[in-house]
Amino acid sequence: MIRLLEAVGRGVLRFLEELGRFFTMLGRIALWAPRSPYDMTELLRQMVRVGVDSIPVVFLTTLFTGMVLALQTHNAFAKFNATSLTGTVVALSLMQELSPVLSALMVTGRVGSSMAAEIGSMRITEQIDALTALATEPVQYLFVPRVLASIVMMPLLVVMGDVVGMYGGYLVAVNLLGSNPVTYYENSFEHVDMNDFTAGLIKAAVFGLLFSVVACVRGYYTVGGAEGVGRSTTQAVVVGSLAILLCDFFLTRILF
Amino acid sequence: MTADAAGAAAVPVLRVEGLHKAFGALRVLDGIDLSVEKGESLVIVGPSGTGKSVLLKHLIGLLQPDAGKVYVEGQDLWALDSVARNALRKKFGMSFQEGALFDSMSVFENVAFPLRHSGRSAAAVRARVEECLELVRLPDIGAKRPSELSGGMRRRVGFARAIAHAPEILLFDEPNTGLDPITTDAIAEVILGIRRQLPVTIVTITHHIASARKIGDRLALLFRGNILFEGSPEEFLRSSDPAVRQFVEGRAEGPLTVEFEKAVRTANGGAR
Repeated sequence: MIRLLEAVGRGVLRFLEELGRFFTMLGRIALWAPRSPYDMTELLRQMVRVGVDSIPVVFLTTLFTGMVLALQTHNAFAKFNATSLTGTVVALSLMQELSPVLSALMVTGRVGSSMAAEIGSMRITEQIDALTALATEPVQYLFVPRVLASIVMMPLLVVMGDVVGMYGGYLVAVNLLGSNPVTYYENSFEHVDMNDFTAGLIKAAVFGLLFSVVACVRGYYTVGGAEGVGRSTTQAVVVGSLAILLCDFFLTRILF
Repeated sequence: MTADAAGAAAVPVLRVEGLHKAFGALRVLDGIDLSVEKGESLVIVGPSGTGKSVLLKHLIGLLQPDAGKVYVEGQDLWALDSVARNALRKKFGMSFQEGALFDSMSVFENVAFPLRHSGRSAAAVRARVEECLELVRLPDIGAKRPSELSGGMRRRVGFARAIAHAPEILLFDEPNTGLDPITTDAIAEVILGIRRQLPVTIVTITHHIASARKIGDRLALLFRGNILFEGSPEEFLRSSDPAVRQFVEGRAEGPLTVEFEKAVRTANGGAR
C-alpha cells in the first residue's frame, strides 16, 4: 500500500517537475526572444526544417484523412439519405480538428524527436556548456529560432492540410462514390465560416509551441550518454503528443 | 607579473567563498575558498574525479553552487540576472576537456564563433582564426568537420576557440592531456605567449607537472572537495606534505586514496 502511494507520489512529482520545467523554459524563451542579436539565417533554417521538410508527411496524412473521412461519412449518411452533407462534415472536421491535430502529431514525431536528439547530444558533449561559456545563451541561440519557426510554420502546414484534405474528400466522394461535384463543392463551404478556419490555425500555432518547447526541455535536461539521448527523444514525442491531445480538448472548448 | 598585477587590482578577478556542490549524495566541493588576482596564472592539480572541472565550471557560472558565492571582478555571479551574467561571460574564454566543438560547424566556423558580432571584417576574422589554428599547430584544417578530427586535435581546436576573441580571463580544462610531448609543450608555450602579450588571468587544470611549473604562478592541489595545498610551483615541488609528495612523485599509494576516486567516478556518471 505504502509502495503504491510512493509510486503515485513519484508520478505526480515528475508531472509537476515537467510542468515546472516547461513553464520555466517558456519564460526564458520569452525573455530572450526579443533581444538582439537576431539570427535570421538560423530562423529561416529552422522554418525550412519544421515547415518545408514536413510538407510531404502532412500532405499524405491530410490527403488520406480527407479521403477516409469522405468514405465513412458518405456510407453513414447514406443510411438516412443525407449524403449531400458529406462535404460539410469533411470540411468542418478537417479544419477544426483533424488537420491541426494529425499534422501536429506527425510533425512532433518528425521534427520534435530530431530537435530533442540534437539538443540532447549537444548537452552530453558539453556543446551547450561551450555555448554558454562563449557568452551565447543557449535559450536564445538554439531554442528561440526553433520555437518561433514551429509557431509560424504549423499554421501554414495546416492551411495546406485543409486544402489537401478537402480535395481528397472531394476525389473520393465525386469520383469514387458518384456524388454531384457542384453540390459537394457548395456544401463544403455552405456551413463553414471563417471562424472554423482560423480556430484551426490558432490550434496549430499552439501545438507548434507545445511540441517545440517540450522537445527543447527534453533535450536540455538530457543526462546519461547515448542512452539518455534516446530516452529524451522518445519522451519528446510521447510528452509532446500527449500535451497536444490534452490541450486540444481545452482549446476546442474555448474556441468553438 | 604577479608584482605589477597586485598593484593594479585591489579586487581579485575571480573569487569563490565557501563553495559547496553536491551531485546527489556525493559532495564534490566542500567549502572551497579561492581567489585569483588580475594577471595571475593559477594551476589546479589533483587526482582525477576530485571536482577540478566542477570547480572550473563554477567560475564561469556553468554550474550554480549549492552554497557559497562566486565573484567575477567583484560581482556576485548568481545575484545577477541571466542577461547580465551572459554579458559578463564575454570576458571569458574556456576550453573543455573533450573540446566541446560544435559538430554542426566546420573547424573554421568553430574558431570564428566567438568573433561573431565583434565588428571585425570577414578578412580580419579569417586572419585571426588562421593565427589561432597556427598557434595550436593545426594549420590548414579549417575546412574539416570536428568528427573528422582525433581527440587531441579536437581539444586543440577547442583551445584555439577559447583564445580567439582574446578574452581577459581564460579557463583551460586539461588543455594538454593526452597529447604527444612536443604538442603538450607547445600548448604550454602558447599559454606563456598569451601571458606575455596581455595581462590575462588564467586558471588551468592539468596533470602535467612540467607544464604546471611552466605556466603557473601558483599551484593548488584539490582533493576531496578541498584545497589541500596552495603555493608557488617551487613551494609545491619542495613541499613535504605527504599528499603533495604523492602527487608529484606519482605514487598509487598515499593519502590521496583511490577509494574516493572510484566513488566520485560512479557518482559523476549518474548525476549532473
